[in-house]
Amino acid sequence: MLKYLIKRVLWMIPMLIGISLISFFIMHLAPGDITSNEAAFNPKASEESRQKLREMYNLDKPVIVQYGLWLKRMVTLDFGKSFASHQKPVFWQTADNDGNVTKGLIQEALPITLMINLLGLAITLILAIPLGIIAARKYLGWQDRSITLFNFIGFSIPGFWLSLLLMYWLGVVNNWFPISGLHSLNYESLDSWGKLKDSLSHLFLPVVIPSITGLAGITLFVKNGMLDVLQQDYITTARAKGLNKHKVVYTHALRNALLPLITIIGLSIPGLIGGSVIAETIFAIPGMGKLFYDAVLMRDFPVVMGILTIGSALTLVGNLLADVAYAWADPRVRRGVARD
Amino acid sequence: MNRSVFIKALSNPLALAGFVIIVLVFLLSIFSPFIAPYDPNDINVKSILLEPSMQHWMGTDGLGRDVLSRMLHGGRISLLVGLVAVGISTAIGIVLGAIAGFYRGWIDTFIMRLVDVMLSIPSFFLILAVIAFLTPSIINIMIVIGLTSWMGVTRLVRAEFLSLNEREFVTASRTLGARDARLIFTHLLPNSLTPIIVSAVLGVAGAVLMESGLSFLGLGVQAPQASWGNILTDGKEYIQFAWWLSLFPGLAILITVLGYNLLGEGLRDALDPRSGNDN
Repeated sequence: MLKYLIKRVLWMIPMLIGISLISFFIMHLAPGDITSNEAAFNPKASEESRQKLREMYNLDKPVIVQYGLWLKRMVTLDFGKSFASHQKPVFWQTADNDGNVTKGLIQEALPITLMINLLGLAITLILAIPLGIIAARKYLGWQDRSITLFNFIGFSIPGFWLSLLLMYWLGVVNNWFPISGLHSLNYESLDSWGKLKDSLSHLFLPVVIPSITGLAGITLFVKNGMLDVLQQDYITTARAKGLNKHKVVYTHALRNALLPLITIIGLSIPGLIGGSVIAETIFAIPGMGKLFYDAVLMRDFPVVMGILTIGSALTLVGNLLADVAYAWADPRVRRGVARD
Repeated sequence: MNRSVFIKALSNPLALAGFVIIVLVFLLSIFSPFIAPYDPNDINVKSILLEPSMQHWMGTDGLGRDVLSRMLHGGRISLLVGLVAVGISTAIGIVLGAIAGFYRGWIDTFIMRLVDVMLSIPSFFLILAVIAFLTPSIINIMIVIGLTSWMGVTRLVRAEFLSLNEREFVTASRTLGARDARLIFTHLLPNSLTPIIVSAVLGVAGAVLMESGLSFLGLGVQAPQASWGNILTDGKEYIQFAWWLSLFPGLAILITVLGYNLLGEGLRDALDPRSGNDN
């Protein structure tokens, strides 16, 4: 197991280099000087100060040298400072000489996005697992057919359209939920119960909508897993022994059918970090998606690079965790790994 | 074999429905200049934000343009982007997958690691970054969506090639002295075609969704050119006053994407030997 772990971790190094290469060259293949927009934000910027900027970010050096310097900074987790947002650090907080701490942009945005998406994933799983089981047990019955139809719609519906409709219906027509931001304007004046209620009502739409669109895939996955497992010999044996149906389905079959879910959850990690650009923009949530979108619009080069790299690195870590969790949960894989 | 799979798929009512939807949307898009009741870019200050009526079946937008006409023209763009993007990604996928699956060795390792790397970059971030750094245009969207979605096809083609390579008819042909090109183009590729088509049909669904999302964010098809996504952007702007601006383009996207998904899944089922019947 340990050997396998070390191998998997070492394997991440070339992957990370590949990711940084791809993202770095994409940024540089695009036409347009990064400094021209920085100048646009500050009309007083002279040619001299632009030159300074180019030197600061090594834009005057050959691309290969720039990449080397970027890679060196990446290893030390130094992603530089934002061009646009008042020179805030991209990744993590820094302190200046007077001890004033400036928080990093990603440091502020990531927890918000993670919280929203983890809540959403939890809701998805809570709904998808029972739906998948029902569809498998009533395979080809009307329950299964309705769930299948629902899945097709779930796969095809544009998430941002669903957001708009629900925003209109729940937020505008009925005014049940606030439609933007994380808090109300009077948030600070509320007591702690009021604060909780305020936060939850702001979170409702941004959390529920992505979980509805994510439901289809996981339901289908659980259903197919169950169908496969229910055909196995040991299920027939359990039935033949005269165990009651519920026990067979919920203890024998379910555990094995849910195992591959670990992999699916691992694969959904890039979505947890990055799939929220549209939702966060619509609901004005200051998370990673909105940060990235704003950075892209302003050509805030260090922020774009930082998010691409950190997002991809977190994805790799997520996949690693999923594989390890799978190996830990499934004795067949665990033993196979041990022999390796 | 291809034809029989297709016929088998269409005996499934859901897949048939998907096929009908695709054909209808296709016809509407092709003939949109003749069907559309108004010029899609005709600004009319006297008819701003009119509700759906006999004159304007889907109402008018904030500049008094007829929404139905914009929808019909927007459909053309969405389909064009979807089809070309999938064409690009499928072409790349076939070439890389074929090389990896046929030659194996270091080139296979290299291509598969490239696939892994590409898959670990959150794809929407990647697309958004590239599109924003290039100026957004229809051509750029098609290229970028194509260049960032070839990984699935590559894996698929490689897997097909690897398994076909073990089959007797390929071994026989090789023993008879067939050259690589002949093996690839007369044996391996034609026999991998059906799953490639399935993945392409499903790919169009994804690409149409992607285009509408990008256009919605203002990074896709640019005004005044209509697309379902950018009509929805107006819909968001006027959500308090004009529900019709949000409802119709979203429905159009939903129905179109649903059509491709239904047909694609139907074909996949028909291909799957486990789904019973003959093969």
